[in-house]
Amino acid sequence: MEFLIITAVKLALVLFVFMTTLAYLQWVERKVIAHVQVRMGPSRVGPHGLLQPLADVIKLITKEGVMPPHVNSFFYLAAPFFAVFMALISISIIPFGTSLTIPAFTLAGATYGPYKTMMELADVNVGILLILAVSSMGVYGIALAGWSSNNKYSLLGGLRSSAQMISYELPLSLAIAAPLLSAGTLSLRGIADSQIGYYLGFIPRWAIFQMPFPQIFSFIIFMIAAFAETNRIPFDLPEAENELVAGFHVEYSSMTFAAFFMAEYANMVTVCSVATLLFLGGWQPLWPATLGSDFIAPLIMFGAGAICFYHGIYPARPFDRITLPVFGVVFFGLAGVLAFPPTVPILMPLFWFLAKLCFLLFVFIWIRATLPRFRYDQLMAFAWKFLFPVALANLLITGFLVALFD
Amino acid sequence: MDLFFFLLFAFIAVVCAINVVLQTHPISSALSLVGVMGSLAVLYLMLGAEFIAMAQMIVYAGAIMVLFVFVIMLLNAGAEKRKGSSLTSQIFGIPAIIALFVLLCLSALKWFPSSDLVKFGDFSGGGAQPFGYALFTDYLLPFEVTSLLILIAIIGAIVLARKEID
Repeated sequence: MEFLIITAVKLALVLFVFMTTLAYLQWVERKVIAHVQVRMGPSRVGPHGLLQPLADVIKLITKEGVMPPHVNSFFYLAAPFFAVFMALISISIIPFGTSLTIPAFTLAGATYGPYKTMMELADVNVGILLILAVSSMGVYGIALAGWSSNNKYSLLGGLRSSAQMISYELPLSLAIAAPLLSAGTLSLRGIADSQIGYYLGFIPRWAIFQMPFPQIFSFIIFMIAAFAETNRIPFDLPEAENELVAGFHVEYSSMTFAAFFMAEYANMVTVCSVATLLFLGGWQPLWPATLGSDFIAPLIMFGAGAICFYHGIYPARPFDRITLPVFGVVFFGLAGVLAFPPTVPILMPLFWFLAKLCFLLFVFIWIRATLPRFRYDQLMAFAWKFLFPVALANLLITGFLVALFD
Repeated sequence: MDLFFFLLFAFIAVVCAINVVLQTHPISSALSLVGVMGSLAVLYLMLGAEFIAMAQMIVYAGAIMVLFVFVIMLLNAGAEKRKGSSLTSQIFGIPAIIALFVLLCLSALKWFPSSDLVKFGDFSGGGAQPFGYALFTDYLLPFEVTSLLILIAIIGAIVLARKEID
């Protein structure tokens, strides 16, 4: 019973936070790309366009869902559902921190004992394989959407996406296999725990720095393959709008269209979490707590609050006089919570995990704003003639060195 | 609980397997086959063989069937045209299938007495580590022979598919 209640609460919390993240990720993406291209980005709905995701969601829900007469209706409706389903499964096994203990408390005369729970929905002992399995099933959503639309552009998009995802799954899996050799487990929590500790007292034992062979090449290969697996620029051939109109989702509108967007962003968050756990040490800080890594989080929040107040006092736009001090107060509050000693063992792992995750998500958006799209034959040649041999060589060297030194 | 999930996924597997034959469109058949493989993976998981379950999903449902679907989509195969079946198969088809299944069940019950039935969760060594040990110690020869076979198949595919260079 206790287990069921705790799990239900965690489920609701993770689902709420994850859905909000997906909605706001798009706002962040539009803002970042706008600033890279020296524009303002969304700024009409709410202060700094902060209510834009809400407006987008309302717009997408209330729009008419058009189903063209020439589609295969069963697969046409099943495809977006399948894509979202597969994208949301993976997040349930991602650990995002250490354990959380709620001390015993008394409510209405009855005492409820101390509850201890791990910060994840489920710890699966073949977690990384489950993520690979789910991501390889995800291609059906896109391929079926392209095929069932009965439209030559969407069919081409679906074909491209199947070919691309099969090809890039190979370097992706090989890049994952290399750090697993030194971690010695398939459980995501176990992999993160195998990276605890520091060399010489300050170099973290993250997989990208870990002896005997630093996994920095695996990390780069993994990130490149992850771009292809999530159909992001520079590998967004399945939805290349200047060749295929909109690729596999040409015929989709309203909520079914939104479903594909949601699946894309959910996949992005998942691959970034996996990269964080596999290569960047999960929730291990960049330098040890004895050298003061616990103070960096409140310091960043305090700095952000101070900048907000400064720009509130010297506003660039009339509205900033009201909105920016409010954000400043929020940041100061966060700084206070993060500096409050009892919360440190719970919030610090969460902070470091989220910091790495956000950095990787920012890299995804940054590259979208920077790089042009590949040509299709270049994409395939790159996967098979360069990425695959390099990943194979990396795996061989890692295996040899692990066997030699362990 | 175990029995409920076993019955559920066994039912899904059987329904999907029948659907593979009944559907006229190749894509529907291929996706029913994916359903069979997914439910088989769940059954492996319930037996305690997590690694095999995940390998089943990654290799069969995620790679081989994607290729099937890809080829069907690429060739744009249309729906199968049904010809009327012969009078013999119309009359004797279903009774013959039922008789065959009854025979199969009876012989299975006769040859494998119920004393050594497999229980759920019997296997504790279904993770990747015991699996790898078994593969590289007890079953090394079959493993190597299989990999050689796959290598030959790959080389054959390349020889057949390459362009003729004069």
